[in-house]
Amino acid sequence: MSQSPSAMDNERVKPSRRKFLKSAVTIAGAAIGYQWLKSGQYLLYGADPEDKNVPWYGIVIDIEKCIGCGSCAKSCKMENDVPKEPFFFRNWVEQYTVKNDGSVEITSPNGGIDGFKQTVPDEEIFKSFFVPKMCNHCYKSPCEQVCPVGATYLSPEGVVMVDDKYCIGCRYCVQACPYGCRFIHPERKVASKCTLCYHRLKKNLAPACMEVCPTGARMYGNLRDKNSEIVKFLKEHTTQVLRPNLNTGSKLYYNALGMEVK
Amino acid sequence: MKFYIPPQLTRLSIAFAIFITLFLLLRKLLIPDTFGQYGHYRGDSLTDNALPVVHYAGQQACLECHQDIEDQKQADVHSRIKCETCHGPGQKHSESAEATNILKPDSREFCGNCHEKNAARRSEAVVQIIINEHNTGKKCIECHNPHQPWTMKE
Repeated sequence: MSQSPSAMDNERVKPSRRKFLKSAVTIAGAAIGYQWLKSGQYLLYGADPEDKNVPWYGIVIDIEKCIGCGSCAKSCKMENDVPKEPFFFRNWVEQYTVKNDGSVEITSPNGGIDGFKQTVPDEEIFKSFFVPKMCNHCYKSPCEQVCPVGATYLSPEGVVMVDDKYCIGCRYCVQACPYGCRFIHPERKVASKCTLCYHRLKKNLAPACMEVCPTGARMYGNLRDKNSEIVKFLKEHTTQVLRPNLNTGSKLYYNALGMEVK
Repeated sequence: MKFYIPPQLTRLSIAFAIFITLFLLLRKLLIPDTFGQYGHYRGDSLTDNALPVVHYAGQQACLECHQDIEDQKQADVHSRIKCETCHGPGQKHSESAEATNILKPDSREFCGNCHEKNAARRSEAVVQIIINEHNTGKKCIECHNPHQPWTMKE
């Protein structure tokens, strides 16, 4: 009376149906796989030349070189007239300390402006490093997408900026930014953020934070120019963006970024 | 038979026409001229964002007068550090030498921002000391020339 299990299966599922299911799964798998491969372009976001004459700015921060002096955060406030207090920042530095027990302590006293004091005794530290943070100037920025009045935008140079005159201060963008790079300017009451010192770029000057960095841990440049210093750096180093899973198209590349960094 | 339009429909079309005209007029008035020039934003905003005054003059501006200090600096380990890293924004000073907004930080804490011992600082990247133990009571610049740190003053 007993039949082998495979024979039973063969009878339950008709060959025609089996064929249909097989091809359906293959096609669906191929489609998903293609999409997945396509979205795997992390490097040089959107740098395919639309207009070769316009630069497409990207930023590199080398964690190995950062010594956490806070010059970048300090100079940014002075250059862009952001009041020192309350402590809102266009860029700031965080210290990550991984302890021997695996827990991570993140400190950023006054954004790093007044320097860092080691908070964990040496013998408890597994490793420690500084992470300078700033606007990622995303190619597909969430902050730009949520603005209800078109007051935040990606410029042709790939710089995300705010239109002060038309911003209504609704704070949507502040909440949308997954990197915490936006704030409401305490005096002007509009959204404020890093502009990569757009006013300086237009005068052929480096952004203030890059100008003052004593170790050259920060670099900016034209991603469309395949001979630029920044593209050379990206070719020679394994870099990473923050939260690649969010697919924001971040153009801020970190070298030697620890996996603890959020 | 003559085509008949009911009076309420005529009134409605007039009201509708007025509404549409008003809408188009308002739209014209409210949307800035350069909106959509480059994308879904006011094109003039790019010019606005390029307007702010520059405060940091850049290394080249400093070197026009202070090449001598730069030569000193190039001979020692602080060669990579730009003038404005320590001396603060110098655009005003570069426009007129009388402007005395140049900072001359001399506190131990300021030097400590880079040189205080910290586990996150790599020892090969920067010389580190424990501020509270290293020659306490003296300013750093009493022994070290900040432009040439290894040329001792004594």
